[in-house]
Amino acid sequence: MPSDDKRWRIVETRMRRLGSRPDALIEVLHSAQEAFGFLDDDALRFVSDSLRVPPSKVFGVATFYHHFTLKPHGEHTCVVCTGTACYINGADEILSSIKAGLDVKPRETTADGKLSLLTARCLGACSLAPVATVDGAVEGRVSSSDLVAKLAGL
Amino acid sequence: MSESAPSAPPAPPKRPRRAADGLRPLEGPARASAYVCEAVSCLSAQSHDILLKLGEQVSGAGLKDVEVKRVGCLLLCASGPLVQIPGTGQLFSNVRPDDLDAIVEALADVTPGEQRAPEAPFFSRQRRIATENSGRIDPESLDDYVEKGGFEALRSVLTSMTPAQVREEITRSGLRGRGGAGYPTGLKWNTVAKAVGSPKYVICNADEGDPGAFMDRSVLESDPYRVIEGMAIAAYAVGASEGYVYCRAEYPLAVSRLRKAIHSAGRAGYLGLHILDSKLGFEVDVRLGAGAFVCGEETALIASVQGGRGTPTTRPPYPAVAGLWDQPTLINNVETFANIAPIIRKGGAWFAGIGTSTSKGTKVFALAGRVVNTGLIEVQMGTTLREIVFDIGGGIVDGRAFKAVQTGGPSGGCIPAEFLDMGVDYESLVGVGSFMGSGGMIVMDETSCMVDVARYFMDFCREESCGKCAPCRVGTTQLWILLDRISHGGATLDDLAQMERLGAMVQRTSLCGLGQGAPNPIFSTLRYFRDEYLAHIVDRVCPAGVCAIEPAPVPV
Repeated sequence: MPSDDKRWRIVETRMRRLGSRPDALIEVLHSAQEAFGFLDDDALRFVSDSLRVPPSKVFGVATFYHHFTLKPHGEHTCVVCTGTACYINGADEILSSIKAGLDVKPRETTADGKLSLLTARCLGACSLAPVATVDGAVEGRVSSSDLVAKLAGL
Repeated sequence: MSESAPSAPPAPPKRPRRAADGLRPLEGPARASAYVCEAVSCLSAQSHDILLKLGEQVSGAGLKDVEVKRVGCLLLCASGPLVQIPGTGQLFSNVRPDDLDAIVEALADVTPGEQRAPEAPFFSRQRRIATENSGRIDPESLDDYVEKGGFEALRSVLTSMTPAQVREEITRSGLRGRGGAGYPTGLKWNTVAKAVGSPKYVICNADEGDPGAFMDRSVLESDPYRVIEGMAIAAYAVGASEGYVYCRAEYPLAVSRLRKAIHSAGRAGYLGLHILDSKLGFEVDVRLGAGAFVCGEETALIASVQGGRGTPTTRPPYPAVAGLWDQPTLINNVETFANIAPIIRKGGAWFAGIGTSTSKGTKVFALAGRVVNTGLIEVQMGTTLREIVFDIGGGIVDGRAFKAVQTGGPSGGCIPAEFLDMGVDYESLVGVGSFMGSGGMIVMDETSCMVDVARYFMDFCREESCGKCAPCRVGTTQLWILLDRISHGGATLDDLAQMERLGAMVQRTSLCGLGQGAPNPIFSTLRYFRDEYLAHIVDRVCPAGVCAIEPAPVPV
């Protein structure tokens, strides 16, 4: 294990439960990201060694899928859905107000490290469009001013 | 096969009924019930608090014979949190904690034994097969599912049908793949059954990537056992021993309910070795996607289940012959599996009697966009768009004019008002330049610009292209650049002609469905809304007022 951080245990247990087979790669990356919030070099190398998958393949998989991130997120995360229903109900305007109000673009973190802004392809809550999540809690029918105020107050 | 009474083996022993999270179980039978929706939309509107508070108020009012129950999706997602009283058919929407008195009062006068459906057209025009249990059972309770006839179909298949008979019944039903392409399910099952190789696999495709589609999420959140039952029947019919559900990581609630369901079905003997004491052994595991749209394509999905990057491969060989680990693999969509148990219970002929001549049964659509009643609907194939948008959907918000309905996600198209009276089935949608897709239906009004919509979908495809083949990787980016230029008013008519040529090339030469379908939004909007493109190019105005047209360059 890369360090004595207890979270590595979680990842290792998950690997063992999946038989440490190379095809468990995506599942294991999920649990590593869940434990640490992002995937750093140590994590990728540890997974690569344990599953006997070449580091190039681990890196390839980690960068292919949008869900995995190699950079740490800010303290809080806001995900704005840009699915079709949200798009025609003004998701773009929400993103530009956040940009104007908090100076952060999608896939970036504010300079003070407080907030990361992400976009999602579709959160599947189209009836509530436009939708955003703040630290995992779904907010339906958001108005851009309310959301910006909420994010600024975090 | 509806009548085949399950003889042996005996039903598993009945465990005491457990009530929904945090509520005390009832001592006797319930005289009346209140169903509280706990699917994602309502949960995000704090429906769980409503459930707990309603439970408290009901016991506070001394109603000892009233059951408050968590259920799956009550369909009218836009008006959550939803509470339904099945005894009277009353549906309470946008429930706030202060409204609970009215619900408790209504519960006090329910006549026992009666069941009524809500009368609003949103509900009465629907025909529910795949979602019949949605909003009627507690999705996390195996007992509830079994009580509503769950696993009866699996039992009758195992005790009184041969695998060939099961496949014949599915073929007779005329069921076609609900993932979008509409390949006949019976034919696919036969191909896998005849393919040589062991073990065989069954995969349930729950990677619902189309933006604006949430049918699979809702089915998995509301009735996960039904999908498992469908998969087990499929495993028996094709001779498979292992199964996977490939589900999007964006649906955490669906994943957790599915995992719980697999676990409790295994403990009750509906999965695992010797299912219901028969020779069938079938294990199911969940595999999470990680946010790649292309993984909905079956060969890319297989690559992802094997732990690699989700890049598609050329077909043939089809997964039915050489799929997961090069073994014969059956891949069906969530909704397809959800239709299996009712077909076995009521017979293929019954199912074939519903729908149109080429498309049988019902289809679940996710109705969203600029329509009053957004939510989940299940209608008979052949229902007209007008019925869906105006009767069930309640028309356009703010009384605006209907402009188009978009189906089929990024591979689909926009259907204009002139086809509102067209019945919806696989063929009719293709005929008007769209596509069934997984069932997202986005209604647009005059505030939507069709050039902008095409640009939005091309941006989607451009980002989601896996990069393996050049026509898709390069073509979608070039098409997006052209669309972007048009929407900013900087394009010429030559650009438009170039875009049409390039689109046709991308369509013909891409490796998988993502690239082949990517130009469809352009072609369908050009077919019906060419004047909007011309307005952007020639007159440099956006009729809907959406696009930011740059000022014309000043001649020097």
